[in-house]
Amino acid sequence: MKKIFSRPESLKETQHLYCPGCGHGIIHRIIAEVADELNIREKTIGIAPVGCAVFAYDYWNFDVTEAAHGRPPAVATGIKRVLPNRIVFTYQGDGDLAAIGTAEIIHAANRGEKITVIFVNNAAYGMTGGQMAPTTLIGQKTLTTPFGRNAERDGYPLKICELLSSLEGVVFLERTGVNSPENVLKTKKAIKKAFQNQIGNSGFSLVEVLSQCPVIWRMGPVESCKWIEKVMVKTFPLGVFKDTNRHE
Amino acid sequence: MKRTQRAKRTKRTKPAQRILMKGNVAICEGAITAGCQAYYGYPITPQNEIPAYLAKRMVELGRVFLQAESELAAINMVFGSAVAGARAMTSSSSPGISLKQEGISYLAGCELPAVIVNVQRGGPGLGNISGSQGDYFQATRGGGHGDYKNIVLTPYSVQEMYDLTILAFDLADKYRNPVIVLADGVLGQMLEPVTPSTISHQPIAISKDWALDGCKGREPRKIRSLLMAEGALEEHNWKLNEKYSKIKKNEVRYETYNLMDAEIVLVAFGIAARVGKGAMNIARGKGYKVGLIRPITLWPFPEKIISDTAERLHSITQSLNHLTTFLVVEMNLGQMLEDVKLAVSGKVPVEFYGRPGGGLVTQEEILEKIKQISK
Ligand SMILES: Cc1ncc(C[n+]2csc(CCOP(=O)(O)OP(=O)(O)O)c2C)c(N)n1
Ligand code: SF4
Repeated sequence: MKKIFSRPESLKETQHLYCPGCGHGIIHRIIAEVADELNIREKTIGIAPVGCAVFAYDYWNFDVTEAAHGRPPAVATGIKRVLPNRIVFTYQGDGDLAAIGTAEIIHAANRGEKITVIFVNNAAYGMTGGQMAPTTLIGQKTLTTPFGRNAERDGYPLKICELLSSLEGVVFLERTGVNSPENVLKTKKAIKKAFQNQIGNSGFSLVEVLSQCPVIWRMGPVESCKWIEKVMVKTFPLGVFKDTNRHE
Repeated sequence: MKRTQRAKRTKRTKPAQRILMKGNVAICEGAITAGCQAYYGYPITPQNEIPAYLAKRMVELGRVFLQAESELAAINMVFGSAVAGARAMTSSSSPGISLKQEGISYLAGCELPAVIVNVQRGGPGLGNISGSQGDYFQATRGGGHGDYKNIVLTPYSVQEMYDLTILAFDLADKYRNPVIVLADGVLGQMLEPVTPSTISHQPIAISKDWALDGCKGREPRKIRSLLMAEGALEEHNWKLNEKYSKIKKNEVRYETYNLMDAEIVLVAFGIAARVGKGAMNIARGKGYKVGLIRPITLWPFPEKIISDTAERLHSITQSLNHLTTFLVVEMNLGQMLEDVKLAVSGKVPVEFYGRPGGGLVTQEEILEKIKQISK
């Protein structure tokens, strides 16, 4: 009998600690599938964030290091510069990448570091229990925006793809979701491209993935998927923001 | 007494040429000799010669030089290169070193080797750009969060800026621990002849069987300091403590001068030791029995030579009824002073002369203090 579906070799056989309906697990698997398909597992070095995905090094079956909160792009730079033939990627939440690590992501992108960034936007801080993230929507209630995010006081949702699209060092930017089978497939395509760009040595690639966080959003898993489709994409439209295959 | 690395290296066969260089440049040449593969920095006076010099030399040598967007980024780039198994260094001065503390704590927690150079300036806050020694506590107590130790080497000449930078890389690799070279702005700008090492210091053959370079032909590795399992963090900290004990046992370095008959013993490091040595020589000429203990490692601190000396001074006082004392000289308000007092443990008096950020101690001032004590 032919085996047509199995656990990717790049994903360890262990239980994830994510909440039911969480998007992180899906994105982990996509990365693992892509690593297998591109045959890069043995030369990949991942950087786990501080956030719910902090234990990613227990889930992927390749080399993974921790980094301080927000610093993965700097750590990735330090690895890639001394090991230019390895595949180096960061995996970061919206607090990690878009709040405390804003300087690091902008400058890594602007230098055109030949790395891949997987940016998980769940519009909240998951790990610390559901505070406002830079990506929290206007009106969205969190622990620290109990009356809803107020632009006057809290500013506006930070749009990373839009922000980075003006930087010359960036070759690929796409925002996708993991809230439907169709979007999962699109996310996989985007992530694959982001890694292929690195294999081709063309520059900085980032995929922003809108990811459901049912527990913090106080919704069921299905409702969370719908919320992304109906509400979140209005602030964070899906699509390709930049794609310049400079080396071609 | 453990001799300095430089002392060991003077036993060379052919005499090496002496080259005139600035302290900051000596650090660069030391790093290059040590096989430093990657340097990450951010401009701050009085260490700007380091990134400027390495921007050229590292690139010429095909090694990595990068001006980071901040000290935070620079130390995390060092973290990344260390993760990958490379010899990496960053340099800064006091305010920038404060920003690096988070990263240093992570390096310590993850047991990663790295060299951090602090060409100290006066603080607190922005302070000013003149040399100072106000970061002793920050360097020797850990500096960042958590229960950890940096190895701290402190040069007092341009030659030592060179030698101790080389040693820093060797110790960092040997113990998988961050090593701080604690210099100051005066030494950074000082011009002196340096005898370069004739010994090859390419990365010593320590197999980095923990580094991340892709899991080809082996199990995947992870580097982390997060230890959530029951008891795991405490166990890790005990393990670190064991390593720190080993470092304390093996790596204490210092020099002593005129200690044999000394009744007033100066204790000073870095530029203060340099000035103190001059003051000691003048005082000797005037008949004062002055000696000097100069720690080269601030952590581990050379407490034994100090407590042994305290013992000896105490017995002189007992038998001859002579006044004996330690005199700690620092360019701060008394930081190493605490460690000296701990080592002396009340056996003899410990006097202090220091000037905080913005002030430089002079030979005359130290001499005056010696006269005052001797009255
Ligand atoms: C320097 C520092 N500040 C704050 C924290 C606490 N902290 C841990 S995770 C986190 C935010 C996580 O949110 P996000 O990056 O969006 O990831 P998520 O958990 O939602 O996946 C914060 C603030 C920390 N660990 N370190
Ligand atoms: S809090 Fe949100 S992001 Fe974190 S594991 Fe739970 S669902 Fe996932």
